Amino acid sequence: MQWRGKWQWPSVALILGVLLLLPFVLPRFYTYIIALIFVTALLAMSLNITVGYGGMFQFHHGVFYGVSAYTVALILTKTKLPAWVAFAAGPVAAAITGLLIGGFCVRLTRLYFGMLQISLGSLIWAIVFRWYSFTGGDDGIHGIPMPDFISSLKSSYYFILAVLIVSLYLLYRIVNSPFGRTLQAIRDNPERCEAVGVNVRRHQLAAIVIATFFAGVAGVLFVVLEGSVFPDLLFWVLSLEIFIMCLLGGWFTFAGPILGAAIIVSLRTFVGIYTEYWTLILGVILIFLIFFLPEGVMGFVLEKLGPGKRELARGGEG
Amino acid sequence: MLKVEAVEKSFGDFKAVDRANLVVERGEIVAVIGPNGAGKTTLFNLITGQLKPDGGRIVFKGEDITGLPPYEICKKGIARSFQIVNIFHRLTVFENVQVAVLSHRGKSSRLLETARRMAVRETMELLEAVGLEDKASEIAGTLSHGDQKVLEIAIALGNEPELLILDEPTAGMSPEETASTIELIRRLAETRDLTILFCEHDMEIVFSIANSIMVMHQGRTLIQAPPGEVRANKEVQEAYLGGE
Repeated sequence: MQWRGKWQWPSVALILGVLLLLPFVLPRFYTYIIALIFVTALLAMSLNITVGYGGMFQFHHGVFYGVSAYTVALILTKTKLPAWVAFAAGPVAAAITGLLIGGFCVRLTRLYFGMLQISLGSLIWAIVFRWYSFTGGDDGIHGIPMPDFISSLKSSYYFILAVLIVSLYLLYRIVNSPFGRTLQAIRDNPERCEAVGVNVRRHQLAAIVIATFFAGVAGVLFVVLEGSVFPDLLFWVLSLEIFIMCLLGGWFTFAGPILGAAIIVSLRTFVGIYTEYWTLILGVILIFLIFFLPEGVMGFVLEKLGPGKRELARGGEG
Repeated sequence: MLKVEAVEKSFGDFKAVDRANLVVERGEIVAVIGPNGAGKTTLFNLITGQLKPDGGRIVFKGEDITGLPPYEICKKGIARSFQIVNIFHRLTVFENVQVAVLSHRGKSSRLLETARRMAVRETMELLEAVGLEDKASEIAGTLSHGDQKVLEIAIALGNEPELLILDEPTAGMSPEETASTIELIRRLAETRDLTILFCEHDMEIVFSIANSIMVMHQGRTLIQAPPGEVRANKEVQEAYLGGE
C-alpha cells in the first residue's frame, strides 16, 4: 500500500514528535487529560482484542483494569516491595482474574457470556467497595507513593507514553499474527473454525488473558497518573464507557479505540464541567452511534476513503 | 477408511439418524442420497463431530473417533464443507483458506509472527486449484454464492485432508456453476489423492461421479452399493427414485 510505504514512518515520527513536545507547551491540566487519554486508549484497545477481533461480549472489562490498579496500590501502600514488583504484579493479577472469569464465560455463548461476566465482575466490585479494612471501601486508596522518576506529572506523562507505545506495538503484532488472524476467523464463524481444527474455547480464553493483561497494564498507568484508586474503576459504568469507545472509534479498526477514547474522555471532562448528567449524554451518543455510525468513526472515514483503504482498516495488514 | 456402524441420533422424539451404516474405502467417491429429511446432513455432522451420536460407532483409519470434538476429528484427517455457506465473512478469500492452512500446520497460536507472510505459497496454490486466485484479496462476504461454495471447498482443502466430506457442494448453484464444480471435485479427487464423501440432490451428478452410493431413508441405510446396483434395487425405487 502506497500510503504505508511512503508516509507511514514520517507521519509516525511527526505524531511522536508532537506528543513529546506537548507537556512543554500545554498547561498542566491539558497534559493530565492527554495522559488520561493515553491510559484510557490502552484500556479500550485491550478491550477491542476481545470485542472487535474476538467477537466476544466482554461487557465488564473495567474490572481487570481495577484489579490491576488495586493490586499496585495495595502493594505500594501495604508492603515494602519495590515499585517495579507492584507494576509487574498488576497486569499479572488482571490476567489471572481474566483467566478465572473468562474460563467460565467461554463455556457460554454470546449474550450469556456477557451476562455472566457482568455478574462475576460486579461481585469483585462489591468486594472492593465493601471491604473497608483492606481496600478502603468507597474511599479508595489515596496518596500512593511513587518512585522519584515518575513522581511529577511531566515524568509520568513520558512514562505512560513510552509504555503505551510498547503496548501498541505488541498489540499490533498480536492482531496481525496467526493467533490474531485465527481469532478474527473465530469471530466471523466459530463453528467453521472448529471444523478446520481450531480449539475455539482455548483460543478465546487465550485472547481474554491477553486482553486482560493489557487492561492491567492500563491499570498500572492509571495509578502512576493519579496516585490513587477508587471502586469506580471496577464499576459497570466504566466498562460501558470503554465498550462505547470501541464502537465509537470503530471496532473493526486497529486504531479506532484510541480515537474513541480521545472523544469520550474529552467529552466527559468538558461536559462534566457543565452538567452532572454525563451518563445521560453517553446514552445519547450510543443511540446516535447505533443508527448513524455502525462501524464507528474510523470505520466511516475509511469507508469514505474507498475500498483501497479497507485492508488498512482491518488492522493495518496488507 | 471410514466405517459408520449403527449410528443413532434423536432430537426429542424424532429419530434423525436410526442405526445408519456407511463404509468409505480409500480412493472412493461415495455419495449419500435420500429425500429431504432423510438424515444426510445429520449423519455428516455426527461423523465430523458437530453432533455427538446417541449410539453406534464411527471408526476412521482403524481408530474410534465417536464423539470427539470437531477440531480433534479435523486433525485426524477429515475435513468438510457445509450445506449452508459457512465461511469467514469479514476476512479476505486468501485469509479464509490461510486460517485452515495455519491450523493444519499447528501455527494458529503463534503470537509474534506475521500472518501475512506465512503459508502464502500453499494458500495461493489451493486458490489456484479451485480457480479463486484472482479473487484472493476480496472480502469473502462479498463473493457470489457460487464462489462462496467453492471457497468452502478450498477451506476444507487447507487442512490437507485424506477424507473430504462435502455436504451438497452445488446447492443453490446455477447449472453452469454446478457443472464446473462437479468437474472440480472430480479433478481434486484424482490429482490430490482424495477420498470423497458427499451428498447431493441432483441424481444425474451422483450417478455420474460416485463409485458407491448409500441410500438413506428416514434415518436408516437402505442400501450401499455401486450405482448400477442401486439403480436396479426395487426398495430404492419405491422409497426414493420415484417408484415407477
